This record gives sequence, structure tokens and C-alpha cells, in this order.
Amino acid sequence: MSGPSTYNPKSGFERWLDARLPLPRLMHDTMQTFPTPRNLNIWYTFGGILTFCLGVQIITGVVLAMHYVANAGLAFDSVEAIMRDVNYGWLIRYMHANGASMFFLAVYIHMFRGLYYGSYKAPRELIWIIGVLIYLLMMATAFFGYVLPWGQMSFWGATVITNLFSAIPVIGNHIATWLWGDFAVGDATLNRFFSLHYLLPFIIAAVVGLHIWALHVPGNNNPLGIDVKSPQDTVPFHPYYTVKDAFYLVLFVILFAGFVFYSPDFFGNPDNYQPANPLVTPPDIVPEWYLLPFYAMLRSIPNKLLGVIVMGGAIVTLVFIPWLDTSRVRSCRFRPLMKQFFWAFAVCCVLLGYCGAQAVDAARFGIPLVWVARIASLYYFAFFWLIMPIIGLIETPKKLPASIAQSVFGDNAATPAE
Amino acid sequence: MNLKTLSLGLILGSTAGLLVSSAAFAEGIDTKRLHPKDEKFSFEGPFGTYDRGSLQRGFQVYKEVCAACHAANHLSFHNLDEKGGPEFTEAQAKALAAAVKVPAEPNDKGETTDEKGTPLMRSATLADHFPPPYPNENAARANNGGALPPDLSMIVKAREGGAQYVYSILTGFHEKAPAGFKVTANKYFNPYFEGWNISMPPPLAANGVTYSDGTKATIEQEAHDVVTFLAWASEPKMEERKRFGFGTMAFLIVLAGLLFAAYRKLWKDQH
Repeated sequence: MSGPSTYNPKSGFERWLDARLPLPRLMHDTMQTFPTPRNLNIWYTFGGILTFCLGVQIITGVVLAMHYVANAGLAFDSVEAIMRDVNYGWLIRYMHANGASMFFLAVYIHMFRGLYYGSYKAPRELIWIIGVLIYLLMMATAFFGYVLPWGQMSFWGATVITNLFSAIPVIGNHIATWLWGDFAVGDATLNRFFSLHYLLPFIIAAVVGLHIWALHVPGNNNPLGIDVKSPQDTVPFHPYYTVKDAFYLVLFVILFAGFVFYSPDFFGNPDNYQPANPLVTPPDIVPEWYLLPFYAMLRSIPNKLLGVIVMGGAIVTLVFIPWLDTSRVRSCRFRPLMKQFFWAFAVCCVLLGYCGAQAVDAARFGIPLVWVARIASLYYFAFFWLIMPIIGLIETPKKLPASIAQSVFGDNAATPAE
Repeated sequence: MNLKTLSLGLILGSTAGLLVSSAAFAEGIDTKRLHPKDEKFSFEGPFGTYDRGSLQRGFQVYKEVCAACHAANHLSFHNLDEKGGPEFTEAQAKALAAAVKVPAEPNDKGETTDEKGTPLMRSATLADHFPPPYPNENAARANNGGALPPDLSMIVKAREGGAQYVYSILTGFHEKAPAGFKVTANKYFNPYFEGWNISMPPPLAANGVTYSDGTKATIEQEAHDVVTFLAWASEPKMEERKRFGFGTMAFLIVLAGLLFAAYRKLWKDQH
């Protein structure tokens, strides 16, 4: 993709294929010889982990769809039949359900890593923006998927989220009715959500293709945030990063398997093992953990329309980060001021998630959580729209190392053994 | 109330509902349910399995006590002889099924009732689900003072607190209501139930069942056994799951070790 190709077809068949569909060349250049900064740390293994997560979700999802019945009268029982009567159905469903949480865990780490090391900055703006699009698609897919078991939380979660659209003036109620395909969440809604839940992962896969393509033009950023200057700064992707990614992937899978086999309902809500009942509202409607920060923002604002705008704005804001950050230095490692604001931001996100999980009138240490959520929301927006642009202008960054190789090997950076 | 206002109410808080419900029953008393009792079960922990004897006794309690009012629709008779469950023999499971009558399929003439209009019944087989005690929800409510006895097939997974919660409910009757708390008419005091008023009458009694294995049938023993049974009903593949988990973990840890060695060797001179 970037730079001249080093692929050298070895057999007659490879030459034949290379002249017609240079797929081996593509694989060779992107996954084998691709020059990768030699200083990538553990946080850079999550791209591969995320690809794995998407694969797991699609494979388990396709199998689940063979047994699932998208019908309001049958959906709940069909999921239970998968758990009880389908061979290893429990394994496939628990992998899929926990896989969603693992996917979001990995994507959040991936995003915070990008933020910390300035991976969104030129020339990687599009990688970041495409990533935000993937994140958005993931949230939509996860939401549709959570509706499918047709338990109490599925039903009421769908009701609350789709009702958000009715906050839009004039046409809001029409949009909600159009989304439901009915005058309330019901069978028609379940059917279309199933259809979309099956469709979106393949769109995600395509957009992930763009994400990786865009990555392979400028190449990886790295913890120093400085450009690759010479071949000594890099190692070929294979075997160096294939083995490193594989090792950390297996560690991640151990965590994943821990949930699947030993605590499969850890992320779940007991209410979702009760069949959907439009006449009984659960005392607390809580979304899945990965949506809680946005839920907290929504709830902290007394006006519904304003709440929806703030919640949407929190995600849309991410698109503008490449231009909101005015610093010439990418990595927070060399940005003493920004580093502190970054960690405060991370704390705010966790705090918002915590507030989203509590009852709306809850208080801790005498402080109403709704106010904690308000202040954290305020900081969330201030971080991007005020702090980022201003800090970039006033901060004096630390001295950057001369090169990646020099930082890795020290000043006696002779040519390392390749 | 239309859905829009309904959802707005939900978003802005379930506060009002909670306040009203607790105020209605007791002034100044917080009727939030007590934390469940810390009962220990054999199926806890990464290697825990269901106690086979407890499962079989629990099934007896379910059959003789719970099933009078509660359905367990997701259970079939063939589950009773499956590995990881009560593990009755196939003959025992067949006999247990045969003792239960279920509505018969239409006969050769297409009839589902006899001349007197009584529905035709047949003995259950291993393939049949446990039949519900009432034909429909309205019948269930009519027979239980308006309350609907929930289906028990997933009760342990469908309640916050799981097995301990169900155990606490079953053993939480007979406690004295605090002064000032008035038990609602036709309800029973149970501090482990949200709001403290439960529609279910105390289901268990000492020697309420006669165990064939000689176990003394105290309320605690019956509750422990039936909760074990209900935990299995909620999660019948748990033993298989944990067994798989052990093998998977062992494999992954070895694989991680090999990959770590390869990683260290390859990167030896690279950083």
C-alpha cells in the first residue's frame, strides 16, 4: 500500500495470479514486510484484538441466527432453547453475549490509546474519523443485539432508546413510529432490529477494511509520536508484531474465557431472564455498561431534547478531535500538561459510567450523583472544545528524542541485528 | 399515559414509584429488601458441581410443593436423566413423566375432549415439557388472589442475588414484622422481598415432604435442596461449562507460555 512493493512472486502460479489479482502481493506488503515502528507497546495490540472480536461476533452470531426466532412470541423461548437444547448452544451464546462486552472493552482501550499518543493527528485524521464511525456502528449493533433476547431489559431498553427520537421537535413522534413499524415497540420492531443486527456487522467489517487501509498509508503512530525516519526505526510486521499481537491476544482471550466459562452473566442484567412484558416496567432501566457514560449524560439534563443533543454531541465531538488539538507534539509522553488533563478525562468517563449505573436520585457522600454527572459531562466537552485547543498553544512540550531507534537502543544506536 | 410520557418518566427516574410504594406500606420504615442470607451451595466456585442428592430431593420439593402453583416451562422430563442434572435413571425419568398427565393430541376423529366435554389427557413422555399448573395467566391469577406465580425455570438467574435470594425468600417467612409495619391484607411478611409484602404464602413446612434417603426435612434443608434444583433448572449446562472452562484455560495458558517464549526469542535483539 504505502511505498514500493517488495513482493517477489516465486512460482509460475504466483506470477500468473499477480498479473491478474495481486492478492498475495497485498498480503505480503501489508501483513508481512510492512515496516512497523519497533517501539509499539502493549496498547498497540488492541487493533488485532478488535479484529479478532469482530470475527468472533460474526461467526457466533451467524450460528445463533440459525436457531433464533425473531418473533415477539417466540424469541425469548428460542434463546432459551439455544441455551438448553442446541449442542453447545450455551457456549455460542455466552461467547456472543460476553464477546460484545469484550469488544467494547478493547475498543475503549484502543480509543484511549489513540487519544494519549495523539494517533488522530496529521496525517492520521481519517483513520481516527473512520474509527469513530466504527464505534458508532458498534453501538448501534450492540443496541439492536441487546433487544433480540426479548427479555424485560431488551424491551424496555428498546422503548427508552427509540423514544429518544421523539424528542426531536415536530417530526419526532413520526420518526419513533417509523422506527417501531407500529405505535409501540413490538413484533415489527423486533423483526427489523434483527435484520439490522445481522446487517451492521458486515458494514463494520467493510469500514474496518477502510480503517486498516488508511492505517497502511502513513503507517503506525508509536508511543513517542515521532515519525519513522529510517529503516532502523522499524521492524517488519511479520514475525515481530504477529508474535507480539498473538501473545497479547491469547492473554485477552484468557480474560474473555474467564467470563464465558466462570461468570457468563457478569455483564448481564437478571431482568433480562424475564420475558418482555409491556405491562410491567422494571424499577431501574439500565443499559449495558458500555453505554452508561452516555446514559449518565442524558439523565443529568432535565430537558429531554437537550439531553439527546448532549448525548449525540458527545459522540460527534470525537470527529473534530484532529483539529481541536493544536499541539505540534503527538504523544502525551512529552506533553506534561496535557497528560494530566487526559487522565482527568479518563476519570470523568469512568465516573460518568458509574453515575449511569446508579438510580437517578442516588447520592454518595452526600453529593447527588446527578450533579457529579453534570460536572463530569461539562468536563467531557470542555476537555475537547476548550482544553485541547488552549493547552496545545500554551504548553511547552518536553524534548523529543532524535529517532525511534535512538530511543530504543540509546546513543550507541549502531545497526541492530535484523 | 402514552409511551412518550411513560419513557420520559422512566428516564427521569423511577424515584417517584419507589417513594410511593414504600410510603404506602409503612411510614418511616425503609422496606427495601434485606441483603440475602449467605447460604453456601455446592455449585459455587470454578469447580463447584450440583450435589446430586440435593438435586433429587429438590426435585421432590418442587414437584410436591412448588409445582402446585408455579410452572417451569423450560424444563422437559428428559432433562431429569441428563448428565449434570439430578441424573435419575432413564427408567426413573420415564416413570416420573408417566405419572403426570398432559393434554392429549387430537384423536383419530379429531376430538380433543370426550363426550362429556372433558379434555382428553395422556401420560407425559420424556419429550414433554413440565406441564403448567394453570391453563393460562388469568386462571393462575384467579387462583392466587390476583398474583401471578412466576415461572421457576429461570428464577435463580432472573433475580438479583440468585440462589441466595431465592433461599432467603423461602426461609424468610416467620420473621416478626417490625413494630409499625403493617402487613397488607392477603399478603405475607418477608423482609427479603422488595416492599416486604409477598403474595406467596409460606410454602415450606418442617416435614412438608418425606425424603426417601432419610434426610431430615427441615425448612432450611428443603429450601437448600429446592434452590439447588432451581439453580440447575436455570443453568442446566453449568457442569459442562466449567469442565470446558478448565480445559480451555489450561490450553490457553500453555499457548500463552509458548507464544511468550517465541516473542522473547524473536525480540531479543530488537529492543
